[in-house]
Amino acid sequence: MIKRTPIATGSDWNFEILTEYEREIARLADEYRLDTYPNQIEIITSEQMMDAYASVGMPVGYHHWSFGKQFLAVEQAYRRGQMGLAYELVINSDPCIAYLMEENTLMMQVLVMAHACYGHNSFFKGNYLFRTWTDASAIVDYLVFARKYVSECEERHGVTAVEQLLDACHALQNYGVDRYKRPSPISAEEEARRQSEREAYLQSQVNLLWRTIPSPHEHSDALGHDEEDPLGLHQHGRYPAEPQENLLYFIEKNAPLLAPWQREIVRIVRKLAQYFYPQRQTQVMNEGWATFWHYTLMHRMYDDGLVDEGLILEFLQSHTAVVNQPGFDSPYYNGINPYALGFAMFSDIKRICQEPTDEDRQWFPDMAGSDWLETLHFAMRNFKDESFIQQFLSPKVIRDLKLFSLVDDDRDEMLTIEAIHDERGYQRIREDLSTQYALSLREPNIQIWEADIRGDRSLTLRHVQDRRRPLAKSVYPVMRHLHQLWGFPVKLESIEEDEVVRRYQWPLPEHDGERN
Amino acid sequence: MSYFIDRRLNARHKSEVNRQRFLDRYRTHIKRSVEEAVNRRSITDMERGEKVSIPSRDISEPVFQHGQGGQRSIVSPGNKEFVEGDRLRRPGGGGGGGGAGEGNASNQGEGADEFAFSLTREEFLDFVFDGLELPHLERKQLVDVEEVRPVRAGISREGVPARMNIVRSMREAQARRIAMRAPIRRALREAMEALNAEERKDPVLRNPARIAELKAEIERLEKRLEAVPFIDTYDLRYNNLINQPQPSNKAVMFCVMDVSGSMTQSHKDIAKRFFLLLYLFLERNYEKVELVFVRHHTAAKEVDEEEFFYSRETGGTIVSSALSLVDEIIQDRYPAAQWNLYVAQASDGDNWDDDSTTCRKLLAQSLMPRLQYYTYVEITPHAHQALWEEYESVQAEFPERFAMRQIVEAGDIYPVFRELFRRRAKQ
Repeated sequence: MIKRTPIATGSDWNFEILTEYEREIARLADEYRLDTYPNQIEIITSEQMMDAYASVGMPVGYHHWSFGKQFLAVEQAYRRGQMGLAYELVINSDPCIAYLMEENTLMMQVLVMAHACYGHNSFFKGNYLFRTWTDASAIVDYLVFARKYVSECEERHGVTAVEQLLDACHALQNYGVDRYKRPSPISAEEEARRQSEREAYLQSQVNLLWRTIPSPHEHSDALGHDEEDPLGLHQHGRYPAEPQENLLYFIEKNAPLLAPWQREIVRIVRKLAQYFYPQRQTQVMNEGWATFWHYTLMHRMYDDGLVDEGLILEFLQSHTAVVNQPGFDSPYYNGINPYALGFAMFSDIKRICQEPTDEDRQWFPDMAGSDWLETLHFAMRNFKDESFIQQFLSPKVIRDLKLFSLVDDDRDEMLTIEAIHDERGYQRIREDLSTQYALSLREPNIQIWEADIRGDRSLTLRHVQDRRRPLAKSVYPVMRHLHQLWGFPVKLESIEEDEVVRRYQWPLPEHDGERN
Repeated sequence: MSYFIDRRLNARHKSEVNRQRFLDRYRTHIKRSVEEAVNRRSITDMERGEKVSIPSRDISEPVFQHGQGGQRSIVSPGNKEFVEGDRLRRPGGGGGGGGAGEGNASNQGEGADEFAFSLTREEFLDFVFDGLELPHLERKQLVDVEEVRPVRAGISREGVPARMNIVRSMREAQARRIAMRAPIRRALREAMEALNAEERKDPVLRNPARIAELKAEIERLEKRLEAVPFIDTYDLRYNNLINQPQPSNKAVMFCVMDVSGSMTQSHKDIAKRFFLLLYLFLERNYEKVELVFVRHHTAAKEVDEEEFFYSRETGGTIVSSALSLVDEIIQDRYPAAQWNLYVAQASDGDNWDDDSTTCRKLLAQSLMPRLQYYTYVEITPHAHQALWEEYESVQAEFPERFAMRQIVEAGDIYPVFRELFRRRAKQ
C-alpha cells in the first residue's frame, strides 16, 4: 500500500497548486524523454476561449468576416448547450502556448497540462512534418506582421478590396503548399525587411514573363542560357514547363494583373496555410500521442501518490469519454474519432513491444519485444497519419475497433463490404484507412497545367481524377475566385487515364450548351 | 521550463471586429430576418436580440472538393454482422461513412442548411432603424438653443479656489520670482565683489567706512531677496468655464389615442406597436425621452401607460379635446425651447362632425410651430372621413413636419414606420 500524499484534493485549484503539479508532470515527462518547447500556460475565461476558437487558436490574426462567422457559430452552439468548449487549445509555437479554461476543475487542469503542454508540445517539437514545415519560434511574430500588413492595406486600398482578395485566397489555401519541396522558414523581421525589395523584384519578374514583344534576336547558347530569360520562359513550349501543385505560389509569382500589395497578401495566406499543413496531416497521431501521454502521466502520478482516488476516478471518466468510438450506425457517429484511433494505436505499439503475441511477431518482426519507449518516439518522429497507419495499424486494433471497409461505386447500385476484421481483411483495411487519411487523395488533385502567355493569357488547370470521383459543385465559385486573382479566363480539365472527361471554365461561356 | 500567465482580465471581444465584418457582409440577409421579426414579435418584445438564419450556401467558403460519384472505399468502425462480400442497399445520403473523406464542407455540422446566430439587442435595433432618421434634428440644434452647458474655456485670473489650476499658478509664480529677484541678485553680486576687492587690499589701504557700508548694503539686499514671496495672489490662475449653448438632448413623446367605443383592442395593439417603435427610435437619438399618454373620447385625459392601453371606454369622439390637452401640457411642462416635442396620434378616423376643422386650426396655429414632428396613423380598412381630409390640409401646410399614413393590419406597421422616418435627401 502506497502512502498517498496528494498535492491537493478536491476540485478547486489555484496557481500554487497548478505550479506544483506542473513541476511533477515535467519531472515525469523528462523520465519518458519527452522533449518540449518551454510552456506558456495561459488561464482564460470561456468567452476568451470562444475568441481563441474563432481564430484557430492564434493569439493574433488579421481581420476577416469568415472568422466572425466562425465565432458566431461557436457562440451559438455554446449558448444553446449543443457543444462544450474544448478543455484546451495549444499552439505550435516556441514557447508553446496552451490555454486552460478558468471553469475547469483541478483534474481537468492537470489533465490538460499533461495532454497539451507535454503531449502536443513534444509532438510539435519532434515530428518531422512540423520540424520541416513550420518554424515555431517565428509564427507569432509572423502573425503580428501579417495582421499589421493586412490592416495597412485596408487603410490604403479599402476594406472591401482586401476582403475580396482574402476570400479568393482562402478558397485556394489548401493549394498553397509545396508538398515536395522544403520551404524556407518564415521570420517576421525578415519578411518586413525584405518585403519592399521583394515587391520590386516580383513585379520585374512578372513584367519579364508577360512581355508581349518578342526580343529581336534570340541569343541563347547551346545550353539554353539567356541573360534576360534565365528560366527559358520565352522559348517555345508549355509554360510552366512542369505542372505546378502550389496554386497560390504560382499566382503570387505569375498573375499578370495583381498589384504588389496583392501579391504580398497572397503570400501571407500561403505562408499561414503552410503552417497548418502538418496539422491537417497528423490529426490521429497528434491526438493519439497527447492522449497516450496524459493517460500514462496521470497513472504515474497516481502510482506515485501525487493525486488522490477522487481525482483519478474523475480522470478515468473523462478519458473514457474522450476515446469513445461510437459505431458507424450510432446516432452519435461522426467519423472515426482521432483520439480513439490514435490512442489505441500508440497503446498497442507499447503492448507489442512489451508483450508480443505470435501474431505480432509475424506482423511486426522488428518491433515485437523492442524497447517500447524508443519505438514510440521513433513512430512519433518519423510518420504522418497516412504512413503511421500503413506502418503500425495492428490486427488487434482493427479487431478492437471492429473496422470494416466498404466500396461505394456509382456504377453499382449496391455497396459492397470489401473487408472486415478477419485474417484476410487486415491488410486491406490498413491500406484503405491509410488512403482515407492521405491528404493527396482526401482533396482533389488539381495542378496548374498551362498559362497561355503568348495567346489569350488564359490559365488551364488539370484535375487528375481518383477512381472517377468528380469535383463537387463548389468548383464554380472557386474558379470564380481564381479568375479574380488571375484576371483572365480560367479553365479546368478533369483527367481520367490521360483523357479529358470534363471541362469547366470561368467566365461561363455565353452560348451555353452541354459542352462535350 | 514553464510559466503561468493569468489572462482572465484581458480584454474580451477580440473577435468583435470580425463579427462586425460578418454582419456588414450579410447586411441584406440580416435585414430581411429583422423585418420579419419586427412584424412577428409581440408588442413588449422589441428589447431583445434576435436569432437570424442565413442559408448556408450563401455564406459558404468554397474549396475544391470531391463530389458524389466515382468509386471510393470507406473504413468505418463498429462492424456487427457484416462479412466480406456482403452487398448492402445504398442508404439515402450516399455512403454510411462520411469519414475523413468528406473534407470540411461546413464547419457548423454537416447537413445544416441554415447558418443561425444571434444578434444582440443593440445590433438588432441598429438593423431595425437602419436608414431611418428623425426629421429636423438640425433645426433644433441650430435655432432653438437655450439650454446651456458649462465648458472649459482656457485660463483666467479670477475664479473660485475649487477651480484653481495649480500647475499654471506655480509656473506664473516661478516666472515672477525669477523676474523680481534678478536685479536684486545682480546688485548683491556687485556688492559682494566690491567687498571682496576691498578686503583683499593691503590692510593699510582699506577703507573701514566703505566696508561697513558694503556690508550693510549686502544685508539689505539679502533681506529684499527673501522678501520676494513664493506665491502671490497675482500668480493665481483658474480654469475658466463658460456657458455654451447646447442643443437640447431631451425629447418628449406624446402618445395620443382615441379610446372611443369604435376602437377595438386589436386597433389599440396596432397603435401600441407603432408607439413602441417610435419610442425605441427616439430613445436612440436622445439622451432622455419622456412619455406622455393622452387618451380621449369626448374628453381627453392624461393617464399612465397601463390605463392608456388597456382600459375600455365607450362613447363618441372629439379629437380636438386631446389636442388642446397636449397644447396645455406643453405650455405647462415642456417649453419648446428645451424639449424636442413629438406627437404620435392613432385613431380609427372617427370624429365628431364639426370637430375636425377645430383640430386643423388648433394644429396649424398652436401646435405645429412648436413641434418637431407630428405623425398620425389611421387604423382603419374603411374610407377616410373628415378628420383625414382636414389633416391633409395641415400636411400641405407643414409638409416637412407632419406625416400621416393609413394602417390596415399589423403587418403594415413597420413599413409605414419606415416610410414616415426614412432618410430624406438633404436639400
